Amino acid sequence: MPDLGVILKLLFMVVVVMAALLPVITWVERKQSAVMQDRIGANRADILGIRLLGLLHPLADVLKLFGKEDVVPLGANRFMHLLAPVIALIPGIITLAVVPFAGVYDFGSGPVSMVAADVDWGMLYVFAVGSIATYGTVIAGWSSNSNWGLLGSLRGSAQMISYEVTMGLSLVGLFMCFNSLKLQEIAQAQDTTFRVFGFLQTLGFVHALPRWLSVVRLPMWGILLQPLGFILFLTCIMAENKRAPFDVPEGESEIIAGYHMEYSGMRFGLFYTAEFLEIPVIAMIVATLFLGGWTIPWLSTQRIVGPLTGEIGVGAAMGLCLILQVFSFFAKVIFMIWLQMQIRWTLPRFRYDQVMDLCWKIMLPLSLANIFVTGLVILAIQGLSR
Amino acid sequence: MSTAALLFYLFAAMTIVASLGMVLNTRNTVASALSLVVAMISLGAIYVLLDAYLVAAIQIVVYAGAIVVLFLFVVMLLNLRMDVFPAARSRLPKLLGIAASGWGLWMFLRLLPGSLPAISPAPEGFGGFRALGTELFTRYVVPFEATSLLLLAAIVGAVILAKRRID
Repeated sequence: MPDLGVILKLLFMVVVVMAALLPVITWVERKQSAVMQDRIGANRADILGIRLLGLLHPLADVLKLFGKEDVVPLGANRFMHLLAPVIALIPGIITLAVVPFAGVYDFGSGPVSMVAADVDWGMLYVFAVGSIATYGTVIAGWSSNSNWGLLGSLRGSAQMISYEVTMGLSLVGLFMCFNSLKLQEIAQAQDTTFRVFGFLQTLGFVHALPRWLSVVRLPMWGILLQPLGFILFLTCIMAENKRAPFDVPEGESEIIAGYHMEYSGMRFGLFYTAEFLEIPVIAMIVATLFLGGWTIPWLSTQRIVGPLTGEIGVGAAMGLCLILQVFSFFAKVIFMIWLQMQIRWTLPRFRYDQVMDLCWKIMLPLSLANIFVTGLVILAIQGLSR
Repeated sequence: MSTAALLFYLFAAMTIVASLGMVLNTRNTVASALSLVVAMISLGAIYVLLDAYLVAAIQIVVYAGAIVVLFLFVVMLLNLRMDVFPAARSRLPKLLGIAASGWGLWMFLRLLPGSLPAISPAPEGFGGFRALGTELFTRYVVPFEATSLLLLAAIVGAVILAKRRID
């Protein structure tokens, strides 16, 4: 049986995402769109005159959605129609199991890794689970017995399968750099710094770096080692989420609402929730892979725990470090959520053929080139430093 | 019964039920394809129980996540139903199918009473992406590259066939 720690860690992630982040994200979305369009945004919902900057709107939304009639269209496949929103929602939630929200700590009874499922094949699991998400879209459109819905689900499945290919390839360079697929190991590998001008020494231009140059150090983050990989991966994973500028499966101006057009009430709300749930999940994955995860830049775990152990004991030092790093992780997650909102409300949407051209003609060759160049550089560094 | 055994029987039962659902459901092609997805995912779960993590992930990413979606894509686009097809004129396919499954069953029954070879415990890292990747890119690199050439030929063929119709 799974032990209590695993359940607690999973519960922590699910509660933080579902109860704390999710309602706030819907509010942020409205406020962000209002800022971009020079409006005030949602601020009217109130309880006894208390408005809280419009933060009560998510509550009003959910109450409204639950109050609506649950319509299953005539001629629809009833079972599949009711099942589709659930399939859309599940992948986002179960991805949380492999995301590390803090590092590995030793409180005296062996190392404890702050991730529910600390599996070696972490990123493979993320890809596998993400590929199942396609079925929510496909089944929803097909089971509605509606032409708009079917068009939406055909577009959705084509888009999601295409971007999955590039998404996997865009990360290969990162896996080569950190030599792991395990999210916790990738995060730990970023808990250090590198000398920015160290390559001058490696390539043999200088014998030893002058002192003032060797002081310049940057955190060993994925985004600094794999800048192209970061851009490609972020683009692909945003396309997987099917939000603007990649919202062709539900393009309002062409196919009304696409695959979830025939859904009403809370079943539509589940699709909405799935889309909004994927925003923090994407933020977590990107933050872990490219922004150092739970690490604090220039302040590695040893540099926090080491000096503190003498002062307050190892247990308390570890505990303090854990709290600091959890905050560091969620600060990065919130930054990535904001970045996604910014992109969503800045860029106009693509036409369908542009989405496909971008994937197959631009991003796929770039990701292959990225793998090739990364391999060359790693070989060169290994050869020269031997 | 251990948790692993319990999970094995659960996913094995799911695989069998979903496979039967796929074959026997002749009325609704989409439901048949979706049964195939369930069978693929339960097979993936069984691979996880066997410590074959890479195979499990590929099973789900490639088969459940991509290939069957393409099946569904075509089925939904053409709105295929079994009753669209004309009744088979020849009984040969059916007879061949029965003969093949009978042969499979016979082989299985012949194996069943014999004692299985003693299995030594799997070495460290067995079935992981490191072990499998190393084997694939050293010992089996020629078959691996030959397969990719085969796939390339298939892609080129598909493009040529599709292009011809547009012109």
